[in-house]
Amino acid sequence: MRTIKEINEKIKKGKVVVVTAEEIIDLVDKKGLKKAAQEVDVVTTGTFGPMCSSGAYFNIGHSKPRIKLGGGICRLNDVPAYCGFAAVDIFLGATSLPESDPQNKVYPGEFRYGGGHVIQDLVFGKDIRLEAETYGTDCYPQKKLQTYINIKDLNEAVLFNIRNCYQNYNVAVNLSDRILYTYMGVLKPRLGNANYCSAGQLSPLLKDPYYKTIGIGTRIFLGGGIGYVVWHGTQHNPLARRKENGIPCVPAGTLAVIGDLKQMSGSWLVGTSMLGYGVSLTVGIGVPIPILDEEICRYTAAKDIEIYAPIVDYSQDYPQMTDKTLGEVNYAQLRSGKIIIEGKEVPTGALSSYSKAREIAEILKSWIKKGEFLLTEPVAPLPGVESGYTFKPLKERPI
Amino acid sequence: MISKRIVLHFPQRLVDQPIVYKLVKDYDLQFNILKAYVTPQEEGLMVLELTGEDEQFKKGIDYLESCGVRIQPLSQDIIRNEAKCTDCGVCVPICPVGALVVDPLTSKVHFYDNKCIACELCVKVCPTKAMEIHF
Repeated sequence: MRTIKEINEKIKKGKVVVVTAEEIIDLVDKKGLKKAAQEVDVVTTGTFGPMCSSGAYFNIGHSKPRIKLGGGICRLNDVPAYCGFAAVDIFLGATSLPESDPQNKVYPGEFRYGGGHVIQDLVFGKDIRLEAETYGTDCYPQKKLQTYINIKDLNEAVLFNIRNCYQNYNVAVNLSDRILYTYMGVLKPRLGNANYCSAGQLSPLLKDPYYKTIGIGTRIFLGGGIGYVVWHGTQHNPLARRKENGIPCVPAGTLAVIGDLKQMSGSWLVGTSMLGYGVSLTVGIGVPIPILDEEICRYTAAKDIEIYAPIVDYSQDYPQMTDKTLGEVNYAQLRSGKIIIEGKEVPTGALSSYSKAREIAEILKSWIKKGEFLLTEPVAPLPGVESGYTFKPLKERPI
Repeated sequence: MISKRIVLHFPQRLVDQPIVYKLVKDYDLQFNILKAYVTPQEEGLMVLELTGEDEQFKKGIDYLESCGVRIQPLSQDIIRNEAKCTDCGVCVPICPVGALVVDPLTSKVHFYDNKCIACELCVKVCPTKAMEIHF
């Protein structure tokens, strides 16, 4: 029907037709699949939720005299960062916590500040306190460093998230008699609430369920700036159970993404504290899907009511890895505010912001329309269902 | 009849005085204590839902003020920091009185501060610390 090259020509000429993943649903309903696929060049998706396997790396520049952080230790605003690289390269993970944080010793811990918050503060342009201790060498004699750093002075500041954008996720509930504090939020006892975390019909990988357009090299909206898909994310699981419409009904594919932190925004990278669990980074991602043929158009038009998620008990089944579920619900039910589980009406709560996901899809649409964002041809595909690639549990062997 | 949620600030000298019981005894007011504690600065703080006849309600409030109790409407105390809120909605099922609601059209979270009882559950669960206490 059309190629990415042809779409880019239309973008340059200002003639491209772009709609969001919500708008394509109405368009297909109104005009039919064939006509909609002929008219629309690009569908934009969006998601905005806590994504723990996020992080950033920095090159801070060399001090006088030189210091070799590699092999030593390093903290940013008291939050430990990894520096087992060359002299002044460091990596900060979103869930890293200061040693002074009481964690869950006073239960439930508040986890007010950690790696995700440092990343947001950096993006806001705030000065960050760097403290490092290491050993001296002939070429790197300095052993201690205490200085403020600012994102504008760093050589590189790169967001590098090794797992983002989960294609579908669990609906978390609590069958026990006590409150649970989880990464899925506070779960009230005896099915007191059900928390979910996906943008459903707006979510990137749910709109390209077989990764026909999203691959390595895909240019995306990342944290308010431009980023790229660099690999499949960790725990990528294309063989996860799917419905007849091809959409996974359990957590499945994931993305690893990268982008220049210096052009991102603190509105789309938000330090996050989960009571009794830890810290994280809430990340905004938007992926454009080129409508190359009718089949791809049909996938992008999937509705909340056609996308199902498993209900999982976080008191027993999740921590003990039993693989048991309490049934499934669709995203239209979840977004209605209540679902029925075992005959009981249960109020729902979301960790992923649907309104922000919608905003991201709109921003990406406007970038493409204005000619500021061109689509990319994937350099290589993500492992798909035919790859045999799976997500395995740990093979534990006694030492 | 009038019914309001109010915050009473008791100065240190009043903390050990029986005051609230007079609202029942002398002014025939009903109250529901939503929260009460003494701060480290030894100021007393009480959140009340107070109900009674208009005239008596006014007299009761006058009485509290004459004792030196500072009165604040409850809706000023729990505030949503709009800049921090991401409209995720994880607070919605946690709120016991339905003061936090997802708008079905915009998918944004509304905070109805007139319904809020200042239990502070949302303050603790909010992942971005957007719900703030201003007692």
